[in-house]
Amino acid sequence: MSVNVGTAQASDLARLHVYGRESDDHDHIILGRGSQVQVDLTRPLSSTMWDQEIRHMASSHAIMASGVFMATVVPAVLVPGFSVYGTHLLWQYSVAGVVAVVNITLFWLLGVSPPTKKHTITYKVSRLVRSCLYLLLSCLFFHTVVVLYGAPLLETALETFSLAVLLTSLTTLRCVCVLGPNVQAWIRVFSRHGAMSVWDTSLQMVVGCSVVGAWLGAFPIPLDWDRPWQVWPVSCSLGGVIGYLTGLVVAPAWIHWHRKHLTYKSK
Amino acid sequence: MKRLPILVLLLWLCAMFYVGIFLFVGGFLLVRLEVNRTSTCGDVLLPGGQQGDFCQGQPRFRRAVVLIIDALKIDFARFDPAKKEPRPFENKLPVLEEVTSSKPTHARLFPFRADPPTTTMQRIKGFTTGSLPTFIDVGNNFASSAILEDNLVHQLAEVGKRVVFMGDDTWESLFPKKFHRSLPFPSFNVKDLHTVDNGILQHLYNIMVSDDWDVLVAHFLGVDHCGHRFGPDHPAMADKLTQMDGVIRSVLDRLQNDTLLVVMGDHGMTDTGDHGGESQKETDAAIFLYSPSPLFPASPSQSDPEVVPQTDLVPTLALLLGIPIPYSSVGQVLLPLFPANRQSGGAPAGLSQAEALWINAKQVNRFLETYSSMAKDIPPERLSQLQADFSHLSSKYLSTVKEGRSPTPELVASLQGYLTSVRDTCRATWARFNPAKMAAGIAILACACVLCYVLSEMSSVLVRESGLLRVPLVAATVVGVCVAASQLFTQGYAEGSWCLAAAALSSEVLVLWRARRARKTAAAEVGEVAPRRGWLTPPRFLLTPPLLVLLLRCASLLSDSYVIAEGRVVTFMLFSLSLYVPFHLNWDGLLLPPVHDPLKPAGLLPSPVLSPLAMRRESSTFLACLGVLVGSLYLSLFFHGCREEQGSCQPSPFLSPLSRVQDSRLKNLHYILSLASLGAWTYLLRRWLRHYGNLNSLGGTVFTARWILPLLSVCLGLHWAVSATPEDSFRNLAELISLGQRALPRVAFSLLGLGLALLWLDPLTVFIKTRAAAPVRSPVSLPPPRYRASTGISTQAELHHLIPQLYQRMRRSLEDGEPARVPEGGDRPAVEAYGLGTVYSAPVVLLCGLLGMGLLLLHPEGMSLAFLLLLLEMGALLQMHASSTTLNALQGTHSGGFSVPWTPVVLWSLAATQFFHATGHLPTFPSIQWAAAFVGFPGGHTGTILPASLVTLNTFSSHILFAVACPLLLFWPLVCEVRAGRGGRGGGGEEGEDNAIMEMRLRESPQQFSSALLQLATRYLFINGAQVFASVCAAAILRRHLMVWKVFAPKLMFEASGFLVSSVFVLVGVTLVIRVDVAVGRWFKRLLPDTSG
Repeated sequence: MSVNVGTAQASDLARLHVYGRESDDHDHIILGRGSQVQVDLTRPLSSTMWDQEIRHMASSHAIMASGVFMATVVPAVLVPGFSVYGTHLLWQYSVAGVVAVVNITLFWLLGVSPPTKKHTITYKVSRLVRSCLYLLLSCLFFHTVVVLYGAPLLETALETFSLAVLLTSLTTLRCVCVLGPNVQAWIRVFSRHGAMSVWDTSLQMVVGCSVVGAWLGAFPIPLDWDRPWQVWPVSCSLGGVIGYLTGLVVAPAWIHWHRKHLTYKSK
Repeated sequence: MKRLPILVLLLWLCAMFYVGIFLFVGGFLLVRLEVNRTSTCGDVLLPGGQQGDFCQGQPRFRRAVVLIIDALKIDFARFDPAKKEPRPFENKLPVLEEVTSSKPTHARLFPFRADPPTTTMQRIKGFTTGSLPTFIDVGNNFASSAILEDNLVHQLAEVGKRVVFMGDDTWESLFPKKFHRSLPFPSFNVKDLHTVDNGILQHLYNIMVSDDWDVLVAHFLGVDHCGHRFGPDHPAMADKLTQMDGVIRSVLDRLQNDTLLVVMGDHGMTDTGDHGGESQKETDAAIFLYSPSPLFPASPSQSDPEVVPQTDLVPTLALLLGIPIPYSSVGQVLLPLFPANRQSGGAPAGLSQAEALWINAKQVNRFLETYSSMAKDIPPERLSQLQADFSHLSSKYLSTVKEGRSPTPELVASLQGYLTSVRDTCRATWARFNPAKMAAGIAILACACVLCYVLSEMSSVLVRESGLLRVPLVAATVVGVCVAASQLFTQGYAEGSWCLAAAALSSEVLVLWRARRARKTAAAEVGEVAPRRGWLTPPRFLLTPPLLVLLLRCASLLSDSYVIAEGRVVTFMLFSLSLYVPFHLNWDGLLLPPVHDPLKPAGLLPSPVLSPLAMRRESSTFLACLGVLVGSLYLSLFFHGCREEQGSCQPSPFLSPLSRVQDSRLKNLHYILSLASLGAWTYLLRRWLRHYGNLNSLGGTVFTARWILPLLSVCLGLHWAVSATPEDSFRNLAELISLGQRALPRVAFSLLGLGLALLWLDPLTVFIKTRAAAPVRSPVSLPPPRYRASTGISTQAELHHLIPQLYQRMRRSLEDGEPARVPEGGDRPAVEAYGLGTVYSAPVVLLCGLLGMGLLLLHPEGMSLAFLLLLLEMGALLQMHASSTTLNALQGTHSGGFSVPWTPVVLWSLAATQFFHATGHLPTFPSIQWAAAFVGFPGGHTGTILPASLVTLNTFSSHILFAVACPLLLFWPLVCEVRAGRGGRGGGGEEGEDNAIMEMRLRESPQQFSSALLQLATRYLFINGAQVFASVCAAAILRRHLMVWKVFAPKLMFEASGFLVSSVFVLVGVTLVIRVDVAVGRWFKRLLPDTSG
């Protein structure tokens, strides 16, 4: 499907810019097959569109952050003996689950997710299956990376895998929601000119912050302070979640701050 | 290419670092020689000079109880009833005050001043040997911590006294098997306040009432641990001190008349509960002396010393118990414990003051003579002064005794004065940090680091500058001489280290200034305005990820936990940085081929030089290498050793030599694994050389690669087999085995030496093949002969590694006027040069391989797996570097020149540290692999240089290998260039042919070559130097830290020696490259007249 730039209304154009691939199949953009019209808009978008988009993002991020908060507080009230350090695995799962649910719902409601090309059931099912497969692979990938970073191979395999699940829900899930099950698009989005919408930019920041947070979380582990949060993998998952929250705050703020300089190329 | 200036500059830089390290270490580490002589009963000269057995006499006390309360500060022991609200550590030991006031002739409490370093181990050494232990007591046994100097425990055991010990297990390692009975308890866990104390209390009273002891030593740790954990101002300290009060009371109740009680602290503590340094709070402990029989002839008087130095306990206890004073003691007897005059009759009164002092002075003088004959660190004029004093005193004393008079109080006072001045001299020499020297060392090191950074950033400018060092060196000499002269003038003697420091600093400052000026003139030449803060790159450039990782690494050296976990920390950082590389490439859009977009206007973006296919190939190579790197990083974790601080750590099974493996099947498996990796090492090296056509010629290097390398590996394999053979199972072959153990490593060493010599003498690996058909001598057409840098004999390989048009360039540069018209195509190359493309890297690779084998010989057999991993990781790092350079270059973002960016250099240097740990080494003295000294010399050595160098080579093997191979970082992108060129041709570009000249590019632009080489070497030096600087700072800042002598000081020593070794081998690598360059230059000169006629 292609968009005729000449006849498109201004609002359509802006929408195209904001969503990047509003009426286009994502795979085609990436692989460069099919016929697309290049829209290269170098002037900044109108301020109202920006404000609206950033407000959307800020409010959705606020919901996500409060989801993380609720995932910590509600079980603490409901489940006896629940604590972030003591029952760490439970906390990880509750955060991961809530983040997953909130992300999927919000992105579905906002319509940021790439639209499907075909509307057949089989195609949708195959996308769903592929998404799940990629999420599982991402868990395994994170697990491997964490083990390579020095986590014990066997003794704390469950804890390590839970951390991988948490990281997947913080990072990969957002990729799936924003970009669809398309690994090449994921890779491409993390390049200097890879972002095609504000959501891509926010994706870059949130994912980057989460990963860096989890990385920084490993730093206090060797110290001899004997604190409960130094136990593997508490500091890393805490770091990851804190990084995620930071990313949620920073992304809209940064985009708002740089809205004069941000331009997106879309295909 | 500028050869000599580069070498001189690098040498000078290294020298600056050396001076800085030398100064700092001279101020920080206190070194003393151990005198391994012991006193005997016979050589204690009795007063009056008559010979006799001193130990036969009736001693003043038969038994002694020594209670050591670790960190018993004098403030803890004092009691001030006037205090209304005592702090937790005050007034908690009332027993001491009660006893001293109620029985003034039985008990006395003194401040007890320790000498720095105020750590428990050094203090135990101090108050048993009576000497001033320093951080390094150079003795003949590094490996164990046992005290070899003469000491009280030894002397007590010699005369047959039963010494019973309980408490801190440090004693057990200091005096192994010296005790009649020993009850050690673990002291390591600082958080544990009660284990040691409760353990002692379980046994103390039972043993005291039994009769199976003469001297009882109990070392309580609770107070010290409480200080470390909570600080002195904490209720827990009050509880602990109250408990100690109870202990002292119970011991007092059980004492008998012939027993002496000593309650003492080994050191004090600061207000935060730490110790180790030299502040008065740390040094002032308490000592409490008591005996049920009258101990002091008089009640406290003015003549009592205000402070008792810790060394004085040894001679006092020795003479009170009737044993000889330990040989190296420099203490003086506590006079209040001795009667002024010998009382005749009655109870055993022991020696009089003058007699005790005389014995003491005699012993101290004897020690001083022995020590000054061994070491020269006591200033000679001071020494002669002391000796003159002693001879004067001894003649005076002897004449007094001969005349039968009792010595005058003046004589006693002057004997005391003599002993005090000896101790002060020794203390000034051994037991004082020198903050001025430390500061000077830090300043010089910091300047050297800055210089390294500046030089590496502006190497291209500085290479053009001639005589950069001439003025600074002259100035340095002048300044040094001036300082020496002024010192001679004012003090009468010159101290070499200060002259060095002044010279180094002045030359550093001058070079910085010259570099700044050179930068300005260079900028003016180009025509740009010199940036305001330009000559030092702005700080934000320092925050690029590779330098950030380096910063983190340096910061980690300031924390004891990170130093303890260093192996894993470095691996973590290496892994992070190597993951950063693909992310960065992807961020620049270089990892995936760009989207092909037919509708895009051609002019908007520069068309990609590299086809998507080639790019995809390059990135998959990159990712594969990343996989290899990550794999070897992970596997290398299995070869780590364990520090004692790492509780639940199991050292790698590969670290134990094969001969210790009991299970024969496991042994065979290990052996086969080691052999396989040895074979793989050899095969990979030869494979690489063959691939690039470096095995064709007949030179020395090729001979080394062809024959010496495999022979060396055979030798190694045989040596492992022989040394792993259990001796009892092949009894009849025992002689053969011992011969093999001696001969095989020696053969390997000599092969290695031969190989290195050949490599140095004839480093060229180029094989020239002249085609007979070529019309060489036709003057009319003069067909330009072409050179090929071929990889192998096969024609296919030739095609890939062709070096065309080189000759034309050479000609153009040599014979300026001649027109350089090259007929395109048509004639066949007349001369083919195999291996010309890798002429620089081949000798470096070979040197690295040879050295690797030699170093492997010094390691346990299992480490060959680690060495194979090292080789793989090196290769992966180089290939990653090459791939990313190619990707950058082909996207047009390459800056030109051969400059190596920071990331690979930082990775390279971190990998050196990583493999330091992954070859089973640790920055602690007990973990040094002493077995390396006996490879090839199973019978031991006569000298010390050979074993020391063998152990050094073993310890820093990974530093050596990575430092020597450092120039490869410069060559590898050029070596791999040919593949990119091929890819380019496939994609339609026609530059492929031009690309394929590999390392000959370096000869085309010698200026850039030398600047890149200088930059690479300075960057590597900078990274290593920054780490040394960080650990120097750690040692200087944390010199009061609990772990300073356990963690930071050894780390400093290892880091500094690692830097020394690394820098030397970087110089070796650079020298080899320069040697090759000379040889290549000669080769071309020889060739050109030949071919052009």
